Amino acid sequence: MNVKITINGVPFERDVEPRTLLAYFIREACGLTGTHVGCDTSSCGCCVVVMDGERAVKSCSMFAVQADGHEILTVEGLAQGGALHPIQQAFWDKHGLQCGFCTPGMMLTSYVLLKDNPDPSEAQIREGLAGNLCRCTGYQNIVKAVQQAAETMRQPVAAK
Amino acid sequence: MIPAAFEYFRPRSVDEAFALMQKHGGEARVLAGGQSLIPAMRFRLARPAVLVDINLIKELDFVKMDGALTLGALARDVAIERAPWITERRWSLLRDVAAVVADPVVRQTATVVGSLCHNDPAGDWTTVALATRAQVDVRGKGGPRSVTIDEFLVDSFTTAVGEGEVALAVKFPVADDRTAGSYQKIERKVGDYATAAAAVQLSLNADGTIREAGIALSAAGPCAVRVDEAERALKGQKPSAAVIAAAADAATRHSAPQADLRGSIPYKKNLAGVLVARGLRQALSRLGVQA
Repeated sequence: MNVKITINGVPFERDVEPRTLLAYFIREACGLTGTHVGCDTSSCGCCVVVMDGERAVKSCSMFAVQADGHEILTVEGLAQGGALHPIQQAFWDKHGLQCGFCTPGMMLTSYVLLKDNPDPSEAQIREGLAGNLCRCTGYQNIVKAVQQAAETMRQPVAAK
Repeated sequence: MIPAAFEYFRPRSVDEAFALMQKHGGEARVLAGGQSLIPAMRFRLARPAVLVDINLIKELDFVKMDGALTLGALARDVAIERAPWITERRWSLLRDVAAVVADPVVRQTATVVGSLCHNDPAGDWTTVALATRAQVDVRGKGGPRSVTIDEFLVDSFTTAVGEGEVALAVKFPVADDRTAGSYQKIERKVGDYATAAAAVQLSLNADGTIREAGIALSAAGPCAVRVDEAERALKGQKPSAAVIAAAADAATRHSAPQADLRGSIPYKKNLAGVLVARGLRQALSRLGVQA
């Protein structure tokens, strides 16, 4: 079946079997390997991508055909013009990762979390990230990173 | 794992979806949020030959509040969490459950009707639907019909939706203002199935006696369990520690769980009673009653 999915602003048109999962479409058919597959069963959140700018989805539990005609944001689409996205910068600054495997999912879940709630409390951040597992950090610095990103993103954009 | 191959259809109307389901019968499954079905297909626990994806059917994507609260088959869990009326006391049971189903990312895609149709023994929405006495609208061969949740939940992973039929919506009755509920769930971690869970819904008379009671358990039988005996023990009574203990005792006795990695049978049966008692105390506290 022919599908056309826009990933990070770039249209990808491919023939896929209906059973192709979105995570594998992104990684194997489009070569964007920043989307990680961890548990493969919707538990860990490493494969989270953003659909149509507003919904975090676990791409291991959605078929590529379901994303036909939709826009997907992956970790490769966060940085703009060589500058890290404030969420990426914050994960760097606050050491919000160790091995980095869960980080793309953490950042994309945070992206939707901050879009829905630009000023979350620590409890709201922990609750919002409850579907994303990290086996290294103990979450402390991930929470700090999301707090920093929220603060940066609330600042008005400097006039040029 | 990769699911077995299937034929995929993407209808744009309920009529079209129904026609496809009628044509393919028992071979076909409806795909809504897919948050239970797709993992089941990946484990090859489900191998439908045909998937009818209803995600493009706009007429099923709604949350309507009039005589009842009606959720279309595409209403996502997150829509309940964010609904403006969810802070009202009468909806406290739905507010509780909407915050603990699966995890926050899954809830952005998962649907309430899909969860009912999946009818997992450890499901959350099925248990809440029993306690609130919900009804499911089904498009069947003989036309549309409304099925009480007690008739709807037939057995593990089996519902009253027959081959070739489609569940279109669930209706929760709008309770009066002297109503509150509570959902009590024990889970090993966020996103795990319930070790045990209890849904409680109480409506009081003006004199403080209990007018209606809904008590249901998750992970306590082949599918969600209504504890009739607990409901009868509560109805007409003035809330008290003794009445709560009687309802909790009934819950323990009617809980018929399976032993697994989450706990033994005696542990889970005990939990059923503990959670019903906690739920009753919280619902009553929300109604301003100490018992």
